[in-house]
Amino acid sequence: MRVLLLAEHNNDTLDPATRSALTAARQLGGDIDILVIGDACRPVAENASRLAGVSRVLWVEAAHFREPAAENLASQVLAVASGYSHVLAAATSMGKSVMPRVAAVLDVAQISEVIGVLGVDTFSRPIYAGNATQTVQSFDPVKVITVRVSAFDASDEGGAAPIEPVEAVSDCGLSRVVGRQLTRTGRPELGSADVVVAGGRGLGSRENFIALLEPLAQELDAAIGATRAAVDAGFVSNDLQIGQTGKVVAPRLYIAVGLSGAIQHLAGMKDSQVIVAINKDADAPILQVADYGLVGDLFEIVPALIDALR
Amino acid sequence: MKILVSVKRVVDYNVKVRVRADGSGVETANVRMSMNPFDEIAVEEAVRLRESGVATEVVVVSAGAAQCQDTLRTALALGADRAVLVETGAELQPLTVAKLLKAVCQREQPKLVLCGKQATDDDASQTGPMLAALLGWSQATFASKLTVSGDRLTVAREVDGGLETVECLLPAIVTADLRLNVPRYVTLPNIMKAKRKPLDTVTPEFLQVDVTPRLKTIQVCEPPARAAGRRVADVAELVAALSSRGVIA
Ligand SMILES: Cc1cc2nc3c(=O)[nH]c(=O)nc-3n(C[C@H](O)[C@H](O)[C@H](O)COP(=O)(O)OP(=O)(O)OC[C@H]3O[C@@H](n4cnc5c(N)ncnc54)[C@H](O)[C@@H]3O)c2cc1C
Ligand SMILES: Nc1ncnc2c1ncn2[C@@H]1O[C@H](COP(=O)(O)O)[C@@H](O)[C@H]1O
Repeated sequence: MRVLLLAEHNNDTLDPATRSALTAARQLGGDIDILVIGDACRPVAENASRLAGVSRVLWVEAAHFREPAAENLASQVLAVASGYSHVLAAATSMGKSVMPRVAAVLDVAQISEVIGVLGVDTFSRPIYAGNATQTVQSFDPVKVITVRVSAFDASDEGGAAPIEPVEAVSDCGLSRVVGRQLTRTGRPELGSADVVVAGGRGLGSRENFIALLEPLAQELDAAIGATRAAVDAGFVSNDLQIGQTGKVVAPRLYIAVGLSGAIQHLAGMKDSQVIVAINKDADAPILQVADYGLVGDLFEIVPALIDALR
Repeated sequence: MKILVSVKRVVDYNVKVRVRADGSGVETANVRMSMNPFDEIAVEEAVRLRESGVATEVVVVSAGAAQCQDTLRTALALGADRAVLVETGAELQPLTVAKLLKAVCQREQPKLVLCGKQATDDDASQTGPMLAALLGWSQATFASKLTVSGDRLTVAREVDGGLETVECLLPAIVTADLRLNVPRYVTLPNIMKAKRKPLDTVTPEFLQVDVTPRLKTIQVCEPPARAAGRRVADVAELVAALSSRGVIA
């Protein structure tokens, strides 16, 4: 068995999502090669080579991989994929754009958002916004998988894998990235934060959202998240949406403020270790999954909570 | 320019699904079904492109049982011009759907295909990019804004860190995210009009696509339930509970 893991990075540092996907890869057994595709991304290859359980780092550099298009990433993966029994990536927006292309060209199924490795060909994954868990077995010669990051702990360092340069495929010219507007919050990254403070429509406005949740997050060194309703209303940027179609998080502590707990939101946070909900409606569904529910007006409770934490 | 939009019939997003006692799947009998919400957004976008003169025709395609006709009629009521049903009783997985859509694309020759970014039943998020790969076309997933100019498409994509803008060569596949638009309401007159719009039916055999699934579902089960929590009276009790549990310092 040989596993190829596609790395997620920004040409400088390896994304923690890849370290979680590596943990899933290690549960398969066999040799694991990490594929780093980028431009001037040697530091990433070095990062990857230090991770425990890695056999080799395959390192590809080309100018068109600076801001890579999914079409080019997929053709690079395909160029090295032969001989591997498993091709993995984290289920990030990159992984979800590239891996289906890889699977289709190999004429094999893709298995999305794997949360459990039950054997070399058997995996579990959530369906219906996490309201059911499906166990699937693949009969394809190659298993192409995306891994749900929140379901696996990040692998540690402790390795010293060789870094092998690989020739880059040429730019297929189908599409190119012409701009990026990345959100900089100054807060811990949502996907890997230990504590998440999430707000919903109940906050009422962008001003309230920031005035109440920023200091709360500050006290707890937490990442900030939001519901779709809060994002649609412009309280925060889209990449902070948690749920079926947003980020999936499983922090040690999740504080839900002024959000109802729709199925689609629960899908992204119900595996958190401890859930606290602050809501004025005693019947809000979020209170049914909360370990600690506080029924009342968030505009009184949140400032009091910030005071109590200081 | 012709636009093709794929629409899937799924359990309505408001329904809380139940897992069948024998673990074979999720109960779909006597459950409210509707169009996958992302596909509704995709249809709306295509109709807007036709209304603004960018597109000339909007063809909607669904694969599945005969009841998918209802989904297609809804898409026609939203403003699509014509529908194609690929009728089959087989279990369809994304790779198969992508192959069926490819075969339909080869007959219809659209310049742009719009899919939902994911189906809310299998939550796979695969079909669009798979179709793009099978056709050798460009792709833009998770679209929240789309503009066509000449033979190019500019798409704002919702990615993990924020927004990314890509420029794609046509023909292209775009998958619709939630914020691409807000679909219009279907009105009664438009439902009546939709009944007279053409709806063709083909089969996988006719399209020469093998629908044998590649993945076998071994079991479907309920996720582990969370232990019942408790109500706390005030902030002091909450903070005490959290610190005695060791989750805050
Ligand atoms: C296809 C699809 C995908 C979706 N994906 C997602 C997703 O990924 N993530 C997501 O979050 N949603 C998603 N949604 C939307 C989801 O269905 C809900 O509409 C959304 O989560 C509701 O957001 P909310 O809880 O902020 O708002 P609401 O449901 O309006 O809840 C607001 C809550 O705030 C409380 N409140 C109001 N004022 C106060 C106050 N002063 N003090 C205390 N409490 C107060 C209210 O009691 C209420 O419970 C999706 C929907 C669809 C159709
Ligand atoms: N049976 C189907 N018929 C028509 N379109 C489909 C079907 N299955 C998936 N799709 C399309 O592919 C998108 C993504 O589905 P999935 O890859 O299953 O998450 C959906 O939003 C639809 O646009």
